[in-house]
Amino acid sequence: MPINGNFSDKVLIAGYVILAFFFILTIRLWQLQILQGNEYRKLSEENRLRVVRVAAPRGIIYDRNGVPLVKNTPYYSVSINPHVREHADLPALAELLKIDRNSLAEKIAEHQKRSLYEPLRVKEGLSIKEIALIEARRSDFPGLSIDVDVTRDYLFGSVGAHLIGYLGKPNESQARSPDFRDVPADAFIGQWGIERLYDKQLRGMPGARVIEVDALGRELRLLKGKPPSRGDDVWLAMDINVQKEAEESFGNKTGAMVAIKPDSGELLALVSKPSFDPNLFARGIKGKQWEELNNNTKRPLLNRALQSQYPPGSVFKIVTAIAALEEGAVDEHSKVTCNGGIAYGRWRFGCWRKTGHGTVSLHRALVESCDVYFYDAGKKLGIDKIAAYARELGLEKETELGMVKERRGLIPDTKWKEEKRNQPWYLGETFNAAIGQGYVAVTPFQMAQLTSAVANGGYIYRPSLLRAANKPEPEEKIKIKQENLEAVKKALFGVVNENGGTGWSAKSSLVNISGKTGTAQVVGIRKDSKYLPEMHRDHAWFVAFAPYDMPEIALSVMVEHGGHGGATAAPIAKKAIEAYMKGKQNSRAEAQQ
Amino acid sequence: MIKIDRRLIRNFDWITLSLVILLSVTGIMTIYSATRSPLPDGDMPSYYIRQVYWLLVSIIALIGVVSFDYIWLKRFSYLFYGAGIVLLLLVLFMGKTGMGAQRWLNLGIFSFQPSEVFRLFFVITLSRYLSDMQGRVGLVSLLKVFFLLAFVPAAMVMKQPDLGTAVILLMVFFSIISTKGFQKKVIALILLIGLVSIPFLGNIVWEGLKDYQKNRLVAFLEPDIDPAGIGYHINQSKVAIGSGQVVGKGYLKGTQGPFRFLPEKHTDFIFAVFAEEWGFMGSVVLLFLYLALIFRGLDTARKAKDEFGSILATGISFMFTIYFFINVGMTLGIMPVVGVPLPFMSYGGTSLLANFIAAGILINIRTRRFELFY
Repeated sequence: MPINGNFSDKVLIAGYVILAFFFILTIRLWQLQILQGNEYRKLSEENRLRVVRVAAPRGIIYDRNGVPLVKNTPYYSVSINPHVREHADLPALAELLKIDRNSLAEKIAEHQKRSLYEPLRVKEGLSIKEIALIEARRSDFPGLSIDVDVTRDYLFGSVGAHLIGYLGKPNESQARSPDFRDVPADAFIGQWGIERLYDKQLRGMPGARVIEVDALGRELRLLKGKPPSRGDDVWLAMDINVQKEAEESFGNKTGAMVAIKPDSGELLALVSKPSFDPNLFARGIKGKQWEELNNNTKRPLLNRALQSQYPPGSVFKIVTAIAALEEGAVDEHSKVTCNGGIAYGRWRFGCWRKTGHGTVSLHRALVESCDVYFYDAGKKLGIDKIAAYARELGLEKETELGMVKERRGLIPDTKWKEEKRNQPWYLGETFNAAIGQGYVAVTPFQMAQLTSAVANGGYIYRPSLLRAANKPEPEEKIKIKQENLEAVKKALFGVVNENGGTGWSAKSSLVNISGKTGTAQVVGIRKDSKYLPEMHRDHAWFVAFAPYDMPEIALSVMVEHGGHGGATAAPIAKKAIEAYMKGKQNSRAEAQQ
Repeated sequence: MIKIDRRLIRNFDWITLSLVILLSVTGIMTIYSATRSPLPDGDMPSYYIRQVYWLLVSIIALIGVVSFDYIWLKRFSYLFYGAGIVLLLLVLFMGKTGMGAQRWLNLGIFSFQPSEVFRLFFVITLSRYLSDMQGRVGLVSLLKVFFLLAFVPAAMVMKQPDLGTAVILLMVFFSIISTKGFQKKVIALILLIGLVSIPFLGNIVWEGLKDYQKNRLVAFLEPDIDPAGIGYHINQSKVAIGSGQVVGKGYLKGTQGPFRFLPEKHTDFIFAVFAEEWGFMGSVVLLFLYLALIFRGLDTARKAKDEFGSILATGISFMFTIYFFINVGMTLGIMPVVGVPLPFMSYGGTSLLANFIAAGILINIRTRRFELFY
């Protein structure tokens, strides 16, 4: 039966309509595949490829004798691929990980808004036991993965914590910083101390793995891999024996000790008590632990060697003695009679020994720490001379170690008084300054450097945290006559070794120790510390060096509210020096074997 | 009844047969690629093998359909229609659920989707009804045929619920009727009803939708609102297609399907997998194959020996067109996501069989275009 033309026309119209449909599809294909093709290709690669950065094994930190101070240790975390949340039994997962179900769900929802494929860390710092438990049930939770990062074991715990520092997760500004661009997002980086200062060397070059993943986030194959290169090791100048002995000798006392090698400026020990356990940080410090550390009234996170300044007390008499000899205000034979104090106008400036020291020369004045002798010397010198020598000896200066924000200390003079206080300088203030009281303030580190310069014959070395490969050149030579330094050194030997010396408790049978005690008043009460509440008790100082002829260790010990320097600080110095000497003997013995 | 006439061989529509076999083989290759394991030593799922079996069954069915004069289809059409309705009823009462809808009938060794078969019976019956009708379609006859043939099955499919198939049934219904031509007042009325009901229609349809259907509509309108939910399908499909760029990633080099980023990769979204691997070039070639199949069907309609044949060939061509356009439009993100397979390519036995039978009918009509009644 022939079909009428009408039908053919309709079929033709239908044909055009269908053609139009196909045209629309073709246009759309053109748009997606050709106009936006590059963009979609990129998206499909992003779906499929994931670059996983692999943290390099961190370099090890050794002490000067090659004792490892840290150990790399795995840090386990659990991630889930947010894309598979539909398959994941959240309540069961929350129970397995022992986290709150609602906060887990919230975390996932929040993460999903940002990224559909990047895995989300749901719990960190799991123990091996917990990991084993999760591993056993992993097949129940598709998209669950266990990640391993590298963190540290600090083998000596809180010993040397202020120096060695700790690792932590990058904070927000670090995460954005170009310095940490190639560091894996969840990796630990050095946040304090040596770990922070030498982070770049220690962390090495992170590797990268380009892996192919499916929609469940399962790794299908490795496409490209660049192995990480291990970080460089760091050899500290620090001697762990000295450090440990010193920290143990401190016991529960608050304070600081800095030990320097006088012939190189290498830092043998840096103690700040109380200390903290860096392992807390390296395992992802919990809010409560952080609060405890932060709210502790003794402030364990404060580096007292650099960040606290104290009046030096009688230790400062070293400065006054050098200034007086140099300026000719006194000589080795000039004598002053101490009757237990001097009167100045309406005030009386007492000597610590109320019965007086009798007639003393410079030598005995230092040995017995006679205040009156130094009042007299100060009066002859004037404050500006004292201040000039104090600065020449390295006080009121920062170390440039870059470890922490340091205190500079304060060496007052007439100019300072006028500018800051808008007042003239009074002679009474010179008396106070001459014995290290009043405005004078120093850090334990500065006192160690000063002691080192006196011990080594007037050379100032740049302090170094790392073991020096070659013997470094001193930065400068103090403009002080050798015989004057010798006279002071001899007196410091007497402080420990002569009868009546205030530092007798530092006397050692192992080595000739020289030193100077200091008892710095906290409040203006001259009263035996035993009867005062702790916060009003005097600060105890002791600076020392040894051996006498060729000094190898110079240090300063500061015990906050420790009372008499000779009684509290000197024994710590002695222990530290003996630890150093013993260590040296041992290594010499080993070398001979 | 069955005589292998030399004229039948000479006039046989080899082009339609070649096109559907070519499309089906392309489909099987794409199913293989879409379901292959992303791991080098992973297990290969058997989807493509099952599809090969179905293809063989379908080719036999096609030959069977071609072997008798399609006039018999006309004679038995109401019987088919009745059987189809019974199948749909069976699905409603004892069908198995998949993807949130009851669409399958379990027949022991395999399950099949009655709605896939029914659409074929529907086209045949409608063609018969219309071929018996004289002149343009008036209002009364439109309502009559609508309630007589279309309403009940559309409502039943909707109840499964399979909105996509229901809408397609209605689209097929109207497109086939339009070949008869409407009276002017019917066109005017349709336009008027359409205009008036637009504000209400949205609400009525919306209220009647299941949640997942609502989600699909929302996702279609704004796929980025819910990237992990249904919009995810559309986005990943666009990523797959777009990433194919001009020449494609190459066969078995696509990643969106086997790596499971693209859901329904071997069924509803098979075109995306194809387009990812063969690019714009391959996709346009594939489009032309479908276009050729459809135009061949329309040409068959023009050349058919009777009006039943013409309307039937048009109806089948329209059905292919609608399925094709909705499916590909969905993968391209220009149509809502409705679970509609791509004819000849999507994994699924019932659909392949039904489409081959439909193609067989087209071949039958074309091959017998010179035959007279006897």
